[in-house]
Amino acid sequence: MQVNMTINGQEADEEIEPRMLLVHFIRDRLGLTGTHWGCDTSNCGTCVVLIDGEPVKSCTTLAAMVSGHDVTTVEGLEVDGVLDPVQEGFMQCHGLQCGFCTPGMMLTARALINKNPDPTDGVIREAISGQICRCTGYATIVRSIHWAADHDAAVSVGSAS
Amino acid sequence: MTTTEPSPEAVEEERPIGFGRLLRKEDPRLIRGMGKFVDDIQLPGMLHLAILRSPMAHARIVSIDTSAAQALPKVVAVITGADLAEKGLAWMPTLSNDVQAVLATDKVRFQHQEVAFVVAEDRYSARDALELIDVEYERLDPVIDVRTALDADVPVIRDDLEGKTDNHIFDWETGDEAATDAVFDSADVVVSEEIIYPRVHPAPMETCGCIADFERVAGKLTLWCTSQAPHAHRTVYALVTGLPEHKIRLIAPDIGGGFGNKVPIYPGYVCAIVASLVIGKPVKWMEDRTENLVSTGFARDYVMKADIAATKEGKILAVRTDVLADHGAFNGVAAPVKYPAGFFGVFTGSYDLEAAYAKMTAVYTNKAPGGVAYACSFRITEAVYLVERIVDCLAYELGMDPAELRLKNLLKPEQFPYSTKTGWVYDSGNYEPALRKAMEMAGYDELRREQAEKRERGELMGIGVSFFTEAVGAGPRKDMDILGLGMADGCELRIHPTGKAVIRLSVKSQGQGHETTFAQIVAEEIGIPPEDIEVLEGDTDNTPFGLGTYGSRSTPVSGAAAALVTRKVRDKAQIIASGMLEVSVADLEWNKGSFSVKGDPSKSVTIQDIAMRAHGAGDLPEGIEGGLEAQICYNPENLTYPFGAYICVVDVDPGTAVVKVRRFIAVDDCGTQINPMIIEGQVHGGLTDGVGMATMQMIAFDEDGNCLSGSLMDYLIPTALEVPDWETGYTVTPSPHHPIGAKGIGESATVGSPPAVVNAIVDALKPYGVRHADMPLTPSRVWEAMQGNHTPPI
Repeated sequence: MQVNMTINGQEADEEIEPRMLLVHFIRDRLGLTGTHWGCDTSNCGTCVVLIDGEPVKSCTTLAAMVSGHDVTTVEGLEVDGVLDPVQEGFMQCHGLQCGFCTPGMMLTARALINKNPDPTDGVIREAISGQICRCTGYATIVRSIHWAADHDAAVSVGSAS
Repeated sequence: MTTTEPSPEAVEEERPIGFGRLLRKEDPRLIRGMGKFVDDIQLPGMLHLAILRSPMAHARIVSIDTSAAQALPKVVAVITGADLAEKGLAWMPTLSNDVQAVLATDKVRFQHQEVAFVVAEDRYSARDALELIDVEYERLDPVIDVRTALDADVPVIRDDLEGKTDNHIFDWETGDEAATDAVFDSADVVVSEEIIYPRVHPAPMETCGCIADFERVAGKLTLWCTSQAPHAHRTVYALVTGLPEHKIRLIAPDIGGGFGNKVPIYPGYVCAIVASLVIGKPVKWMEDRTENLVSTGFARDYVMKADIAATKEGKILAVRTDVLADHGAFNGVAAPVKYPAGFFGVFTGSYDLEAAYAKMTAVYTNKAPGGVAYACSFRITEAVYLVERIVDCLAYELGMDPAELRLKNLLKPEQFPYSTKTGWVYDSGNYEPALRKAMEMAGYDELRREQAEKRERGELMGIGVSFFTEAVGAGPRKDMDILGLGMADGCELRIHPTGKAVIRLSVKSQGQGHETTFAQIVAEEIGIPPEDIEVLEGDTDNTPFGLGTYGSRSTPVSGAAAALVTRKVRDKAQIIASGMLEVSVADLEWNKGSFSVKGDPSKSVTIQDIAMRAHGAGDLPEGIEGGLEAQICYNPENLTYPFGAYICVVDVDPGTAVVKVRRFIAVDDCGTQINPMIIEGQVHGGLTDGVGMATMQMIAFDEDGNCLSGSLMDYLIPTALEVPDWETGYTVTPSPHHPIGAKGIGESATVGSPPAVVNAIVDALKPYGVRHADMPLTPSRVWEAMQGNHTPPI
């Protein structure tokens, strides 16, 4: 079957098997290997991408279901050589170690901050609770997302003036 | 939030030449999704391998029919154990000098054991074909209960081993049995408890996998592999396949977490190698999550009978233990040969004992093989859990505060180096300040007051204390080897003409940040900024030999190698500088980046100047060759002994038995600190593991040997909601024998935190008369304990 979607602003138009999972479509067909695969059962969240701005686990989503939608992967966070504050925050606050869960965590963080520019610790922990990190113990991820929210606000204020 | 870490903005300005908080060199690629993990690699013509696994724990294979699978489009090959046996490849050595089936030939010995594999043009077709393989099994009774594995009437699992008539693997003992019994016989107080450390699994986010690519003309195999020990693995593959070792290149690219899971050799790796050798194309094998949980290296699985002897005033005199160890169907333990129980011998803990004795019996069962994995520092998790739990049982019986009991018995600073009753020499320690610091950070006395008030109201609050000493950095080659390979590590440093550098390591990061910390070690020693130092590891063609990263050994062993090789280069640089400045070597002083003439700082040359001279056309001092590089192999003279004091505060809901970890205070001492930010991260991760093991993680089996923990829906791992914001602090007691005084931090928190959490939960249940309860302390198990009918998990 034919699927057509926008990924990181680019059109993707591909012939696929109907059963193809979105995570495999993104990784194997489009070569965007920043989206990782970790569990098959929607538990670990390392495969999270944004579909129309909402975090979705791509290991349990068929590529066919996303036809006509807008997908953002980690490769879409940096725009014109400028890092998303979420990416910068994860670097500044040691929000990653092995880096395997990081793309999914950052995309969830981006979606959260878009809706809630000043999230509390509790709100952040709730937002990332569908995702597992084995390295960091989460505290530095929470700090990273705070850092991003603070700097997002600074950017917004700057652009508004 | 931590009390010790400065805000990121404050330190962003400081870019240390050597040690200090430095943002990681790994991060720019990883936060862009530009890391390169094994499954990210696509090679032209690459095929995909999938493994058929046994549905039964113990069964004879009657027949295998692969014809339907062979006929499926896009299937290239279907291989069974019989096919491998023809090539002499059906069995492979384990890291403990046992053998393990690559594919089962005679019978299967654990549920999900490898039975056959399919190679196909894409991953979906390979898995489709698995469904079409028809295997007929004849069920055998499985041996699941470790306590009955040595009974006379149970089946013999390893009838492949000649003359094997039981399920016994080894007996092991340490310490002085008679002396220990004598102390126990005359002690005021003896407390005994059966303490179980259940089977758990490291479950890194990235599962295990590889791509094998055999080039027929060159006769060379390249293996991209999720390996924590590339060089040791290359040697094993040479022995298994018969390929000459120089014709095997193992590349471990970015690794998505290891925690010991990526130390053993797994059948899947060998299957992929065989497939590529036979088919002549690159073959990828990536296990799925279930395969990872049910078949790869588990950890722990010890049933420990513990006794502690003390005076009635609370002076601990002796500890004794009798351990039953479940090693699964094949002895796949990755531990030094002379240490079949790993470093469990440090079960004497952080206390000054009069005597100690341990004995252990290890057995086969119809479960997945493994045993040393999951950030355990070679079984020190089990040892520390044992001693810290039984010390709390003693405090319970004596009616003493557990922190006070520990303070009374901790080793004193003047006792170091300290020889334990089981033959370990603790290099350095200053224990009491660490525990006092943790108590101060926690507000210990105030917490006890709060607890007393809450108990009056029927609320359940618990405070758990643990103090641990680790033994890491294996190890001295006179005592320690794996499969005959000494546990030393090579290191090579080259300074390029323009003063930039490359250091090549034998270890391999799985997220620990080696590219950053090793650059900092070199920078500290030679004054070249870390950003000018490339750290290479994980490629056996381009790095010196060494045993890899596990048991917290990277900093203690390779870190020492990095410091010493850099000093060797600096010594040569000093001779060249003496020629450049026309003074004797003794007249030069080192200023971290330059040599200057003593008493005349205006006359100096930088390390960059020296590097250019070393490679330049001009004269060099007599007897000095051009170039500025060196290689060494570091053989540690002793292990290093990090330590720490942990305090956990929990609240238990009396109505539901749900445990909430409210606070966790960790004071660690890993000797000299290289990058405090990375140390903090290592501690946080380990603490999360501890909460997980104490309250939710367990690989469980039913009586037929079905693994009940085959997905992350069943094998629970803490999320951000189950763990608190960690409170960390540090003391610094350098190692006297490590060149920079560093001890390693990779596993401290995983070792030290489970007893703190369990001690806290048991403390919360004190009003119910609970002295001990086994992990994992899920609500149902806590509830059982509250009702007085706690049952062991195995």
